[in-house]
Amino acid sequence: MAFESLTDRFGAIFKKLRGQSRLTEKNMEDMLKEIRMALLEADVNFKVVKAFVNDVKEKALGQDVYSKVNPSQMVVKIVHDEIEELLGADQTEITYKSKPTILMLVGLQGTGKTTTAGKLSYLQKNKLGKKVMLAALDVYRPAAIAQLETLANQNGVGFFSMGITNPVDIAVAAKKKAQEEGYDVLILDTAGRLQIDEALMKELTEINHVVHPDEVLLLVDAAAGQDAVNVASTFNKDLHLTGIIMSKLDGDARGGSALSIKYLTGLPIKFAGVGEKMEDLEIFYPDRMADRILGMGDVVTLVEKAQEAIDEKEAERQAKKMMEGEFTLEDMLHQMKQVQRIGSLGKLASLIPGMPKLTDEQKETAEREMRVFEAVINSMTPYERRHPEVLRFSHKNRIAKGCGLTNADINRVLRRYEKSKEMMKQLKQYQKTGRMPPGLGGFGGK
Amino acid sequence: MGLFSFLKSKFGKKSEEKPEQSSSLQTYEKGMAKSRRAFASRLDELGKRYARVNEEYFEELEQILIESDVGVELSIRLIEQLLDKSEKEHITEPKKIADELVDLMFVDYATKGESIENEIQFAESGPTVLLVVGVNGVGKTTSIAKLAYRYLHMGKKVMLVAGDTFRAGAVEQLKIWADRLGCPIITGKENGDPASVAYEGVQFAKKNNIDLVIVDTAGRQQTKSNLMQELGKISRVIGKEIEGAPHETFLIIDGTTGQNGVLQAKAFKEVANLTGIVITKMDGTSKGGIILSIRDELGVPVRFIGLGERMEDLQEFDLDKYLYGLLLGEESND
Repeated sequence: MAFESLTDRFGAIFKKLRGQSRLTEKNMEDMLKEIRMALLEADVNFKVVKAFVNDVKEKALGQDVYSKVNPSQMVVKIVHDEIEELLGADQTEITYKSKPTILMLVGLQGTGKTTTAGKLSYLQKNKLGKKVMLAALDVYRPAAIAQLETLANQNGVGFFSMGITNPVDIAVAAKKKAQEEGYDVLILDTAGRLQIDEALMKELTEINHVVHPDEVLLLVDAAAGQDAVNVASTFNKDLHLTGIIMSKLDGDARGGSALSIKYLTGLPIKFAGVGEKMEDLEIFYPDRMADRILGMGDVVTLVEKAQEAIDEKEAERQAKKMMEGEFTLEDMLHQMKQVQRIGSLGKLASLIPGMPKLTDEQKETAEREMRVFEAVINSMTPYERRHPEVLRFSHKNRIAKGCGLTNADINRVLRRYEKSKEMMKQLKQYQKTGRMPPGLGGFGGK
Repeated sequence: MGLFSFLKSKFGKKSEEKPEQSSSLQTYEKGMAKSRRAFASRLDELGKRYARVNEEYFEELEQILIESDVGVELSIRLIEQLLDKSEKEHITEPKKIADELVDLMFVDYATKGESIENEIQFAESGPTVLLVVGVNGVGKTTSIAKLAYRYLHMGKKVMLVAGDTFRAGAVEQLKIWADRLGCPIITGKENGDPASVAYEGVQFAKKNNIDLVIVDTAGRQQTKSNLMQELGKISRVIGKEIEGAPHETFLIIDGTTGQNGVLQAKAFKEVANLTGIVITKMDGTSKGGIILSIRDELGVPVRFIGLGERMEDLQEFDLDKYLYGLLLGEESND
């Protein structure tokens, strides 16, 4: 029940009201209830949900969705746009005006400050060409300093520590050193603390006063619950935050706290942590977050990735060839590779709305499958690739030896090819009739 | 139902005569003071605003539950049951409704799975192995230190195994704890195979008559199947060396976690035989209500609760005290 996409939920409502495609007051109420549930399950703060649902209701009335043919889609769109607007239309990037530009990372324990400090230094050094120094101000958690030092070494950026002493003094000394040695960026990694811990919060305000960071960024765990807004508003009150970094967005947490914090404090979300590796820190995109909260997949990312990867002229040439009914094993391999360039299959699937989430196992199988295809096709002669119908047992034996696989694997590839060819024919049919053939678009399956 | 009267007597006593407060109750009260104040005063204030309960009252009650991270579905269900009861038995007094709510929550928790001793269940002979798992940043290493402290103080021979070979500084962090606690620790190479560290750990335990082996693991997002499979492997390696091990597998849940907590528990339960949950960071303002949903949906019991930064702030989980602290606590300590 829980955690399905809003679109699915709406679908279910309309299924219940079989034959009723128009929106009535009654199913509008049901839809608002579902919106409420979806937002609460995404950990959007209760008060925000309440205000939000009212807004959507008014907007929907204003746009006269009742007379529209596909009102549920309209409502989804209104909700989506509203969330996107709330999350902030523009990306707010860090400006590196001062030298050094000082970033201070703050937050509750375990939200990912140290890891994020490492990721930020990686991004600034490798993507922006900055000279970066990490300073260890977490003198409380055992080995926090060692952790930051390891990350600094790994990324080849500067590192500053004074061991276990007053963090305010460390901050001052770090700033001095960064100035003297011409660093562009200084990142202060502070200890995790509860926002109600007065002594530790006072320590942060002092650091804030003595070094005047250009950015004070609060780390928020994507899995954070209802209380996240209270945490954020206290940190903001004491420290005048300049933005939020969402961490751990690579899991399946919906990250509704981001929306809530933005809604209640107006603070922009500047970055999102999307994996364990150092390069896994992304600039935050409000529209994608909106999709995530609603469980709609990330179409925009997919389109962008595809645009980057696919050579349009080549694609056009291919499409023309296929429509003419010419489809060889070479073409199939080429297609597969293009898809592979967009990203791993798993990532791809997670970006497509409505596509069931692949388990890692399924993803691996699919990717392994692709490698098999590649090996088999590469072991054929160019003629065989274009005319696989000539393949006899002895040919297959030779190919099997060539790619180190079995005859069964080769037969599987050929069967798959036949199927794809068949689909291409149907596609051609579709072009004529305008009806989509069933089962099109399957890839890498059994 | 016996549970009801049991509960009533327990809570009833507390509100009538002031019982002597055990030190652990004090820790609960202190640790959960912030959570409790917010929640209890809201219940109080709610009660004062309504002479008789009505629809709006129930709506506000539902809000209080949801804002405590008690799952949406569970909250709605509890309120529906409450509404039902209030109608059938003509209960209109807010104070009584609040009592009924605690009853419902208690019964729901108590009947959703086996009741289990909180303390680690030791093997009859040989070392007992506790595997500690969870997502990143929930407080696994710190909880391990606190658990080690607890059982060292009970006179057990405890050792640690640094199975988090992934995160920079993780081994170092556990080593510092082992030094402070004065217990042996087995570490492996950075980025080495955690299962082989676990193997060495249990070998050491068998040779040195260790009572309790606590195995740390790297934090992992529950959606990463290869990392989740790795946990299964660690379990199997341990099981091959000591029959029935790991005897306990604790999932650490961060008290500030929202709805994702249920998905975390579900995923970890699939790859490891979870025997309990440790909920951490309950000294903040979060209410940790997600543990009720986890129990409701998966039956996994909470065994320990982290109420502060001191070693002794990891306490046995006690549902009475938890709900008492959460829902009915009085402002007695201020």
